[in-house]
Amino acid sequence: MKKVQFNNKFIPYLFVSPQIIIILVFFIWPSIMAVYYSFVMQDAFGVSTQFVWFQNYKDALMNSDYYSSFGFTLVFSTFVTLFSLSMGLFLAHKTNGMIKSRGIYRTLLMWPYALAPAVVGLMASFFFNQSHGDIYHFLNQLGWKFDPTSDPFSAQAMLVFIASWKQISVNFIFFLSGLQGIPKSVLEASLIDCKSDTKRFWTIIFPLLAPTTFFLFITNITYSFFDTFGIIDTTTRGTPMGQTKTLAYKIYQDGFLGADIGGSSAQSVILMLFVLIITIFQFKYLEKKVHY
Amino acid sequence: MKNTFRSKIFSHVILILASLMFLLPVWVIVASSTHLPETIVNNGLQFFTGHNFIDTYKSILFEHSGYTKNVTAFRMILNSFIMAMGFAVGKVIISSMAAYAIVYFRFKLATFLFWVIFLTLLLPIQVRIVPSFEVLADLNLLNSYTGLIVPLIASATGTFFFRQYFKSVPEELLEAAKMDGANSWNFFIDILMPLSKTMSAALFIVMFIVGWNQYLWPIMMTTDPQYSTILLGIREIYQSNFEGTYLPEFNRAFALTTLALIVPVLMVLFFQRLFVKGLVDGDK
Repeated sequence: MKKVQFNNKFIPYLFVSPQIIIILVFFIWPSIMAVYYSFVMQDAFGVSTQFVWFQNYKDALMNSDYYSSFGFTLVFSTFVTLFSLSMGLFLAHKTNGMIKSRGIYRTLLMWPYALAPAVVGLMASFFFNQSHGDIYHFLNQLGWKFDPTSDPFSAQAMLVFIASWKQISVNFIFFLSGLQGIPKSVLEASLIDCKSDTKRFWTIIFPLLAPTTFFLFITNITYSFFDTFGIIDTTTRGTPMGQTKTLAYKIYQDGFLGADIGGSSAQSVILMLFVLIITIFQFKYLEKKVHY
Repeated sequence: MKNTFRSKIFSHVILILASLMFLLPVWVIVASSTHLPETIVNNGLQFFTGHNFIDTYKSILFEHSGYTKNVTAFRMILNSFIMAMGFAVGKVIISSMAAYAIVYFRFKLATFLFWVIFLTLLLPIQVRIVPSFEVLADLNLLNSYTGLIVPLIASATGTFFFRQYFKSVPEELLEAAKMDGANSWNFFIDILMPLSKTMSAALFIVMFIVGWNQYLWPIMMTTDPQYSTILLGIREIYQSNFEGTYLPEFNRAFALTTLALIVPVLMVLFFQRLFVKGLVDGDK
């Protein structure tokens, strides 16, 4: 930290205390409770509580619903990350290549950041709706028997599309500012060395964007895991046949709507471990990357 | 020469198409909100604006009816505004304070507390839904602005943002201030925070949008419609339109959607530079 610092023993605690107190009450305490609930079983009225070791975990992991949710989450986040990252990078590169119109395109492509996932989901539910939806009819005219209310594949493809649409702007903003951070001298030198646009992009510019790409990769995965909640809740709500439930949405349905506290908590703890792994991975990589 | 000209045109075409891909759907929703419900039911979504703008918006903003029978859209916008404002201001205050302690003081638990703050990144609301609800219920904070705002402001992002910035502030500043006899409170209030004005504004704008767009937390927290945010109004529409409780008053649904998105979109457009700064400088 700073070489010159204050040496007061008491005052720094005063400054951090508001944040630490809120964290203890609203983050740490509920999370400890989640871990506790994951090891106990309550009867329907919450009168008696029994410690059951890993029974809730076993129940969760033995359930085929969990695997279909797990599978969907994996496929869903892979495609959303892939689509929105590549589109974001592509559009940022094209925008950065503009001279006069750069500012206009920047504005035109970044504003969707302001749309809440739930708002995007709701709007999409009109476009993909059987009775009035333009996209619904368009897809059916193309010959695809598109029907998100009964065909799981349609519903999943629709969610991938909506979630990617929403996320492109974020990736665009970060990639564009990454591209603008590349020193002019490097670009000029590369222009002399390499005539082909495409080759120059992949051999010089893209590697320079590696830290941004990695950061966005993690951001997109956590987005698909957690922030897509609003999209799912305003479109499919896990239907048809429970084939569009992400793990986070399943926790909400089981715990908050279905009142299966133990099962839902066990799933929460598993998901926490997953985020922990991602975070460790992120830090390991970033530490190495600092001196690139 | 011809070649670069062609590729330039090609790039423009792509960028315009992409811009339309984002603009069009939102525009169609906004334009359709100004039509009569019959027009939408019979002819589908509309590209041009209609003549029912004032009627629809007036009734949705100030009357108790339709989707939002117990609360007007005006009230929901007010709630969203209070939530977004409280969230953004609270976030700037508590995270600048925490970052100040971590960067400018030498104290025993500094590293430990930094990790405690870091830990919040591992615990998104989606993984602690049920116990969070219970804690809020125990503290009597369900259906209150405190409950809507305070639990959300403690996450690590803001603290990292200020920590990063404070670390870049020159050392000499503190030396000089110390020589002039400033204590730690003076330095924070009179020197460091005024210096961080732009950064605070940037963080404020991003956090305002994040706060406005909160969805799951208000769903859990509020059962009293008087505390509904505009995003919960959105949820109501979905439920009534597709579960068939009301006649499909699509114009009102679209008007509510428009109201929910217009504020954060204008924020981004007006404060573009600050917004990008708050987003990009903060998250890395």
